[in-house]
Amino acid sequence: MSYSTLSLFWGGLTGHRHWRPAWREPAPKAEYDAIVIGGGGHGLATAYYLAKLHGITRVAVIEKGWLGGGNTGRNTTVIRSNYFHPESAALYDLAVRLYEGLSVELNYNVMFSQRGMLVAAHSEAEMELAARQLNAMRLNGVDSELLSRRQVRKRIPLLNLDGRYPIEGGVWQGRAGTGRHDAVAWGYARATDRLGVDLLQQTEVTGFLIEGGRCTGVETSRGTIRAGVVGAAVAGHSSVLAGLGGYALPITSYALQAFVTEPLKPCLDCVVLAPAHGTYVSQSDKGGLVFGGGLDRIPSYAQRGTMPVQEQVIAGLCDMFPSFAKVKLLRHWGGIVDVTPDSSPIIGPSGLPGLYLNCGWGTGGFKAIPAGGWLLAHLMATGAHHEISRPFDLDRFVTGRLIDEGAAAWIAH
Amino acid sequence: MQRFDCPFCGPRPETEFHFAAEAGKTRPVRDCSDADWAAYLHMVRNAKGAVCEIWVHRPCREMFVMERDSATMEVQGSTALRGAP
Repeated sequence: MSYSTLSLFWGGLTGHRHWRPAWREPAPKAEYDAIVIGGGGHGLATAYYLAKLHGITRVAVIEKGWLGGGNTGRNTTVIRSNYFHPESAALYDLAVRLYEGLSVELNYNVMFSQRGMLVAAHSEAEMELAARQLNAMRLNGVDSELLSRRQVRKRIPLLNLDGRYPIEGGVWQGRAGTGRHDAVAWGYARATDRLGVDLLQQTEVTGFLIEGGRCTGVETSRGTIRAGVVGAAVAGHSSVLAGLGGYALPITSYALQAFVTEPLKPCLDCVVLAPAHGTYVSQSDKGGLVFGGGLDRIPSYAQRGTMPVQEQVIAGLCDMFPSFAKVKLLRHWGGIVDVTPDSSPIIGPSGLPGLYLNCGWGTGGFKAIPAGGWLLAHLMATGAHHEISRPFDLDRFVTGRLIDEGAAAWIAH
Repeated sequence: MQRFDCPFCGPRPETEFHFAAEAGKTRPVRDCSDADWAAYLHMVRNAKGAVCEIWVHRPCREMFVMERDSATMEVQGSTALRGAP
């Protein structure tokens, strides 16, 4: 069933009896051409592009919980490509460009709203750095503008420019914005299912099938499944899989927290990040203020956060927007993110032949979902890197050619 | 607020501590391969469950070994780095 205004209108006239489950619940087959471990955004996107672009439809996505139940359902939905290095710009802007056409491509409204994002600068010296950042972005072909203090005040009237860390201006990316995170997972899942891919939920990988030194499938809680090629997109649990497969990763898992308040009338029509606080905020279409901050600095697999970081993030929000101080918090939660030494992702061979990786996105995986899936699908289908994913191979830690966005683009992960 | 045990100062708030590294790595010999050096520098076990790590208690600047569980956040104990196995 294709979703359209007409089908919705017709459904409304006929008591909404036309709705069908958006995807099947198939039993696992004994063998597939390709298996993707992880049914979050990246895993589902990988399966989608394998089927759509590479014609490989005997594919299974293996998910231990439910689709989009990990970091895809726990992030703060910000989509942007305001990075510094050319390699990162190519990667993240591919994601933004794919997001721009995603609702039409998937026939599913992912509610990508390019409302713009401000990264504030807190001093004259930071304004110099902001200009450097902006020039780097423009050289990389990514849109950006430098906003003065006056322009920031006009653009975001509620923002307090004279708080604990005064705001002198900032870098504005107009194509950045927010998306509906669940819809991205569900949209990819539905489109992938329609291409014949099996989405296996409640199926946990318990080991790899290794024959002749090559990965030829996976052991799961629902039996052994063989595959021609395997891809893994499991974010914070990448090191757990590495332990099963006998390869090593430079990843440390941390908890990252997010918060949402009670719904308010529309009051904030863009995304704002104040690097001095580490706090960033946007308003969802439902009206809730969705905000977050930096990592909990304790390596963790517990999907909950620590109190000191909650206090810091909320204090930052109250300083940026004093008018939000009385707003009640509705929920807060934590997800486990996979942080690399250079704050850039790992896309490429794992070290175990036949197994490819898409991990290490740290705190910024959601924004990259279409690109991560697109590039992992390319790797799995062709066995070779796309030129955009080549710099993000695991071998950069041996050659020393790191892509240090943690230092370069003020990314707080 | 969780409290960690500094072997020198006793139980203190978590905000006073800084995670340094996983314990148990040995610096390779000087003319090792690039891969061995990269493994020493960057690769980590990042285990889910029982972990053994080196932490710093920032007020007293001492490093020590803490054993804890990365899934439940339960702390088993801390020992001074000097004299640790």
